[in-house]
Amino acid sequence: MSDFVAYRRPYYQTQPPYLYPGYRSTVKRSPSQPLVLAPQTISETTGPMFGYGIVKEGDADLTAQHAGDPLGERIVVSGRVLDENSRPVAHALVEMWQANASGRYNHAIDDHDAPLDPNFTGYGRALTDAQGHYRFVTVKPGAYPWRNHYNAWRPAHLHFSLFGIGLLQRLVTQMYFPGDPLLPYDPMYNSVPDDMARQRMVSTFDWERTIPDIALAYRFNIVLRGPDETPTDTRRS
Amino acid sequence: MSLYTASSQTVGPYVAIGFKPMEIRDIAPLGVAGERISVSGRVFDGDHKPITDGVVETWQADGEGRYHSTEGAAGANGSSAANRFRGFGRILTDGKDGSFRFTTIKPGRVASPAGGKQAPHIVVTVFMRGLLKHLQTRLYFPDDPANAQDLVLSQVPESRRGTLIARREADGGASYLWDIVVQGQDETVFFDY
Repeated sequence: MSDFVAYRRPYYQTQPPYLYPGYRSTVKRSPSQPLVLAPQTISETTGPMFGYGIVKEGDADLTAQHAGDPLGERIVVSGRVLDENSRPVAHALVEMWQANASGRYNHAIDDHDAPLDPNFTGYGRALTDAQGHYRFVTVKPGAYPWRNHYNAWRPAHLHFSLFGIGLLQRLVTQMYFPGDPLLPYDPMYNSVPDDMARQRMVSTFDWERTIPDIALAYRFNIVLRGPDETPTDTRRS
Repeated sequence: MSLYTASSQTVGPYVAIGFKPMEIRDIAPLGVAGERISVSGRVFDGDHKPITDGVVETWQADGEGRYHSTEGAAGANGSSAANRFRGFGRILTDGKDGSFRFTTIKPGRVASPAGGKQAPHIVVTVFMRGLLKHLQTRLYFPDDPANAQDLVLSQVPESRRGTLIARREADGGASYLWDIVVQGQDETVFFDY
């Protein structure tokens, strides 16, 4: 073993299963064979790095990408990206996408009968700073119906995609809003077995970072897998 | 350990909004040294229907077997072609037939934790609506003698290894074919690390 770092496996019941029939699309899109447990190698502990050549000034402000202002409630969404050892993940690429304030996506296959907003695309990206901080300015997305089951509605959410240092830290998740009455009915949210883990997907209202007369604010910290603290420890759980 | 890894959630049906802006189909720009290859295939669900709203991400070493994990970041300033090689691809599957295609250079061999080197491979991550956690797999190359000793490939039951090995296209050139089957007959092997 050379300069090899092992990532701990995610904690028991914090990750959703592949097959979760309550979310219908999983039935034909989940592997039927068990995953093959494989040793972590340099191919998984490394990963792509993205610099300022990709992320440009203004990419993190979804309210300033068009000639006019988008409709909806303006919000600041910020937080830190950390690993399980509480170390900041610096210069991580954070991509975010979402529906507009009416609950409509700017996408050809979204036929929800709610208006598109010519001043809102719903995509932003940011790099974390040296301390792992990121920050977006956007509008609060609307809830919207989907056809998973009778009268199914997705709670308001933002999609987040993150690249850490290594591929094993890759994460795509969704951020929800505190007090949303739709959460108990949402199969995606409820696909995560552990109650505390589910609650960590819910942002918190962030009075400190509101912008007076301009925007409310929500806080959403994101934790990626972390390397084992003891380099000699080669246990697998 | 003091914190818990965040829970994964699906990319959903509108993933193109989030992933299309940084789609990368040409992984090795002209001038990057190495054997130029292309890989194409399709992604299928449990009914063998094409997955038309999926995303395939690729990660590989350069032709010399080096990952550009840190060097790649310098690419923004660097001017040489080698600096522009990040080794990362992201391809959205076709909205009609679920196909994907990328061009790159054949990766060199990288270190194996067991000592020696791994067989040339590309790490592939798959995202789609209906997938609550992304899937990770590997693409290997046909007729490579190093496959027989590869540490990761050797973890895979022999009867399923074929799902990880691309086929050379009939022209005998540098084009490879490789399908990803998420479920069912000839289901691709996915790894848990």
